[in-house]
Amino acid sequence: MAILVDQNTRVIVQGITGKEGTFHTQQMIEYGTQVVGGVTPGKGGTTHLNVPVFDTVEEAVRATGANTSVIFVPPPFAADAIMEAAAAGISLIIAITEGIPVQDMVKVMAFLKGKATRLIGPNCPGVITPGIAKVGIMPGAIHRKGTIGIVSRSGTLTYEAVHQISQLGLGQSTCVGIGGDPIVGTSLQEVVQMFMEDPETEAIVMIGEIGGQMEIEAGKYIAEHGTKPVIAFIAGVTAPPGKRMGHAGAIIGGKWDTAQAKMDFLRQCGVHVVENPAKIGETVQQALTQQ
Amino acid sequence: MKLHEYQAKEWLKRFGIRVQDGQAVETVEDAVRAAQHLAETRKTQVWVLKAQIHAGGRGKAGGIQLARSLDEVREKARALLGKVLVTPQTGPEGKRVNILFVAEDAYGANPKQHQEYYVSFLIDREKHQPVLIYSREGGVDIEEIAERTPEKIHKEWIHPALGLQPFQARKAGFQLGLRPPTLRKFEDLLLRLYRAFQAADASLLEINPLLHRADGELIVVDTKMQIDDNALFRQPELASWRDEREEDPTEVEASKHNLSFVRLKGNIGCMVNGAGLAMATMDIIKYYGGEPANFLDVGGRATAETVAVGFRLILKDPGVRAILVNIFGGIVRCDRVARGILQAIQEIGNVRVPVVVRLQGTNAEEARTLIEQSGMQVYYEQELDDAARRVVELAQTQAKSSIHG
Repeated sequence: MAILVDQNTRVIVQGITGKEGTFHTQQMIEYGTQVVGGVTPGKGGTTHLNVPVFDTVEEAVRATGANTSVIFVPPPFAADAIMEAAAAGISLIIAITEGIPVQDMVKVMAFLKGKATRLIGPNCPGVITPGIAKVGIMPGAIHRKGTIGIVSRSGTLTYEAVHQISQLGLGQSTCVGIGGDPIVGTSLQEVVQMFMEDPETEAIVMIGEIGGQMEIEAGKYIAEHGTKPVIAFIAGVTAPPGKRMGHAGAIIGGKWDTAQAKMDFLRQCGVHVVENPAKIGETVQQALTQQ
Repeated sequence: MKLHEYQAKEWLKRFGIRVQDGQAVETVEDAVRAAQHLAETRKTQVWVLKAQIHAGGRGKAGGIQLARSLDEVREKARALLGKVLVTPQTGPEGKRVNILFVAEDAYGANPKQHQEYYVSFLIDREKHQPVLIYSREGGVDIEEIAERTPEKIHKEWIHPALGLQPFQARKAGFQLGLRPPTLRKFEDLLLRLYRAFQAADASLLEINPLLHRADGELIVVDTKMQIDDNALFRQPELASWRDEREEDPTEVEASKHNLSFVRLKGNIGCMVNGAGLAMATMDIIKYYGGEPANFLDVGGRATAETVAVGFRLILKDPGVRAILVNIFGGIVRCDRVARGILQAIQEIGNVRVPVVVRLQGTNAEEARTLIEQSGMQVYYEQELDDAARRVVELAQTQAKSSIHG
């Protein structure tokens, strides 16, 4: 079963003919993902990497029956691309693009309200269900099929966690990068809930960071409804307040924004908090044997 | 990106907003000229000299001075320009005052008869929409008010597409105790402020204090404004207002190369791909008893050139004793990074500190071979834990030998 992405996932790539779009479409196809088409306005009617290219998402959906879109469109046009996908009835949109203005995302979120579309990202690595489908930019080879669900605000730090888990002979049910921007389409708590309800997931790894209160919301949910072990790492204990640490969303504003406050709160919620990011895998293994 | 007070006021004036008026100057002579000009245009007899630095808490640190004559303007401008101000927000090293805002005194002879409010607009990340925050307790530290008396802070969420509505602005006015005709003025002011906030792609527009004068005038006395970095591509004018003197020179240089760099206090330089992993790398250095010297995310678009630049940025800090490069391939290919590292070391000629390189993921083996065959003083580690321990150990050894030698 896994979550979000499975064998029924039919992907179109918005921005397929660009440099990043081309490279990662190739990687996704090689992984076995069903990439059924691409969209680049003005290049409709051509083929790229052996898949048909369309001018609009609407046409692409009509012709291919796509249900998922992955977006590589540059920041000035990315919000528009997300809304186009939602309007065309795409049920899962994964926005990889980094650097979308926050006011554009405010509009996107208003546009998505009341629609049956889920947005993952922006500024995220995407979603992978190992062995089934990879919709994003993560290196496929480090993943193994398994029962650990991973949700993260980071990209490469997620790969690190995946790598550690795979090294120990464990694997992942699904890995979801929700993105590092202040406004993202899907929260940590929402993905944690999906994993709690997924029969193929036995334990959950949650990777958070400084800024915002998403980890706190997830912690409250886990304390009330948690049925599976949750292992968490929060990046940024060493981050100074008021500085943007790379991600637009990673900036310490209020007192709940610090890594320490989040870790303390999550501990109270019954979460296994890891202080050493190199020990995420080991902590997962311990949590599973404790069960 | 932060704006100076004078820049934010310049922006607000374009929206027909009444601000405490003045001129930004960088010399004592210009300060006096600006004061004379204000005396003519605004009939000012008393001037306020306001140090323009990107940090709050200026008033208590002596960065805001009243002058009651042109001689006093000259004298106080001389004292303030070039002075290093230390406020709770600048850190102990303080910030040098390069610009003074010479302003009219908006309060007059009897300041106690007026009211001061707090008004701000920002993006609520949890609710995904802009929010108006306001309070009757203006002119003081709003964080303190929020801590001690949260009931005195009011919020109004704004529809993302339709914007702030007049009824919301009126509601805020009534909450502040305003009555017509001032209420109408206030409503108009809030609508204009919201337009100014939106048009600038601002992530924060804070007015504190908003002066409500006894004669009914509403005046923006101080304002803080921050522009969303992600939106600067479509705000070329505001982007050109960036004052690089307010920023760490290394951080400025990094941003010119699309690298994200933040200076810290430790002695272990870090170069990492991805913000989360970069923070985690700093954290693990600390976990093993070391102190990171910087945050450096070489990002997804890293080329050999930008990686080389990143390497040189780290080495600018004379306190750096060792460097940890931690790259997990994904968007960035490890062999590309390896070439960047080697190219940088060659260009610099003599890298004075040991470098631990940890490369994992796409094309890692290729990168490892490149590094091991380079003949340079670079340590290769496969796993993060080993790499972190190693670099902390090397930094400690280096620090000791530099004390003895």
